Amino acid sequence: MKKQTVDTRPAGPKPWYDPRVRSIVFQVIALSLVFWAGWTLVDNTLSNMESRGISTGFGFLNESAGFGIIMHLVPYDATMSYGRTFWVGLTNTLLVSVMGVVAATILGFILGVARLSSNWLVAKIALVYIEVIRNIPLLLQIFFWYFAVLSNLPSPRQSVDVGGTMFLNNRGLYLPEPLTQDGFGLVWSSILIAIAAVVGLRIWAKRRQLATGQIFPTFKVGVAILILLPLISYFVAGRPLEWEIPALKGFNFGGGITIIPELAALWIALSLYTASFIAEIVRSGILSVSKGQTEASKALGLPNGLTLRLVVIPQAMRVIIPPLTSQYLNLVKNSSLATAIGYPDLVAVFMGTTLNQTGQAVEVVAMTMAVYLTISLLISLFMNIYNRAVAIKER
Amino acid sequence: MKKTKSIALGMALAVGSFAASNVMAATTLENVKEKGHLQCGVTSGLPGFSQPDEKGNWTGIDVDTCRAVAAAIFGDPKAVEFTPLTAKERFTALQSGEIDMLSRNTTWTLTRDASLGLNFAGVNYYDGQGFLINKGIGVDDATQLDGATICIQSGTTTELNLSDYFRAKGMEFKPIVFDTSEQTVQGFAAGRCDVLTSDRSQLAALRSKLSDPNSAKILPNTISKEPLGPVVRQGDDQWFNIVKWVLAVQINAEELGVSSSNVEDMLKSDNPNVQRLLGTDGDMGAKLGLPDDFGYAAIKGVGNYAEMYDRNVGPDTPLGLDRGVNALWTDGGVLYAPPVR
Repeated sequence: MKKQTVDTRPAGPKPWYDPRVRSIVFQVIALSLVFWAGWTLVDNTLSNMESRGISTGFGFLNESAGFGIIMHLVPYDATMSYGRTFWVGLTNTLLVSVMGVVAATILGFILGVARLSSNWLVAKIALVYIEVIRNIPLLLQIFFWYFAVLSNLPSPRQSVDVGGTMFLNNRGLYLPEPLTQDGFGLVWSSILIAIAAVVGLRIWAKRRQLATGQIFPTFKVGVAILILLPLISYFVAGRPLEWEIPALKGFNFGGGITIIPELAALWIALSLYTASFIAEIVRSGILSVSKGQTEASKALGLPNGLTLRLVVIPQAMRVIIPPLTSQYLNLVKNSSLATAIGYPDLVAVFMGTTLNQTGQAVEVVAMTMAVYLTISLLISLFMNIYNRAVAIKER
Repeated sequence: MKKTKSIALGMALAVGSFAASNVMAATTLENVKEKGHLQCGVTSGLPGFSQPDEKGNWTGIDVDTCRAVAAAIFGDPKAVEFTPLTAKERFTALQSGEIDMLSRNTTWTLTRDASLGLNFAGVNYYDGQGFLINKGIGVDDATQLDGATICIQSGTTTELNLSDYFRAKGMEFKPIVFDTSEQTVQGFAAGRCDVLTSDRSQLAALRSKLSDPNSAKILPNTISKEPLGPVVRQGDDQWFNIVKWVLAVQINAEELGVSSSNVEDMLKSDNPNVQRLLGTDGDMGAKLGLPDDFGYAAIKGVGNYAEMYDRNVGPDTPLGLDRGVNALWTDGGVLYAPPVR
């Protein structure tokens, strides 16, 4: 038998008096107005550009670029397309951003902890560093490192020579480049095995500690495994690695790996500048942890280092992560100041030279904006995932 | 509810104003007359072409080209405001209407003429790309530059020519690309690069900016043609004609021997060419939408081409550039302006 359900709810107000219906209607209206405004802007731009004889579209990305770029992580030469210059610029931006984030984080944490040190001198040095660096405009600092410091290095012919294998001059730092030979696959696989072994060791050590209370020196043993295993396999495989030593040819050094001063100046300036902000964030994070936590940990007999690592920092991280995310975003965006000193980042290569050679301002700027937006959203996403992982879990 | 309604109304108004901006714009000449001055895009500082002095007065051949146009319109060569632009910014500034004309040692190329919505209104300096080297590197010819590090200004034809030249010669180079010519010369002076490449006239100007100009020299090689001249937006033929003919008037004036010092006397000249040039006969100005004495005003205010050249880049200036191909056609150069008739 079929059950009949009867709607027993009281009859609602008429649709045009229903707040829910109204709010939906108004939101739909607002949204369509936004779309209309956006469409009008795009349409207006396109028709104005057409009436002024400015060509549009992304076809230019396939045209040959015809200009040189000093540093490229992906293969590039002047016969390649403007689409390729986009990738060259993008990878260069990502490289300096990642290098900057890593260095700024390490330095920022050290400084932030040093700022709270009970050692008067250490605390004051950190204080002075933070106050000086974060109050000087970043562009000025980039110019300082580039024009005042790195430009004063000796010329290529008077390079600073480190053991005949590394050279430092005002054109960059020249390092020997490792060239892998046949049989290096063994070393690669041994590195992978070593990593797996360390992870396994850590899991085992933790279990053992939970079961027996005994602490295993995971860190020291782990480092030993990571170094020894690849080293042994390197010799077993018959040392399948040759080094290309940079040598002075003509005007400059050739061969090996070159770190150009533009990259170095930008990296140093971005890292030092952002580190001073991160230091303050770390300090406020640590101060946010109640003193009782430290006292309790001391009462348990934990030494200072362990107290910081196991009790204070994990709790401070919750306060640190959100503002730290903003600093990472700032660092990535600030990397676009590269254009002032000739580091070929996305803005310099793509929004600079490419835009100028093609004249496709709207397309190029839109692509560049999309890149920075995407990078920022990705950083934000990962930091939020991490934040959720370390957040207080009420049990 | 009231609040929501007013927001919706506000948005409708905002959108309406977007749509309204689509109406036909007035002509450039009307806009300029209404503003009361000419807005002219120039370099942010290049001796001989456009450079502000201590008092903020702009001087240079590109600046004079702007002043001549202002004099032709308003009878006053000072009715100009200058917008300093980098090579990267210049075309966007012109396309978007921020400036009325661009006079910024810009090379006339097919791509720029055809796809940027721009028109080149003539050539006020015929140039070619060269190399400035530090004497210390001991090079006499550009073919010895294999492997050199080269400083360039971003967004110029120079960047492409350089790459073409080295590829054609089977040589390699390392480009260091800066935003402005100041940064480029600073990079060169600091020893970041062995060579600075640019148009030869610019090299002379930049060399004069070095703390020791004698430490550097310009190689004899010229690797490209660089016709530099004023640029206007496409689609306003009247304005295009005005800029084109003011430049032609200056060149014709040199040919006819009319200069800022003798222009008053020349008003009484019997030569019909001079009469048409200065507006004492005919209605040449009216055809362009200008006063008939626009030629007189331009010569009176700025001078003929030779005066403009000698004052800014000629042999008696720090740049010390000979007329070379920039001489009149009658003197063996390529300067040949269509007749005013």
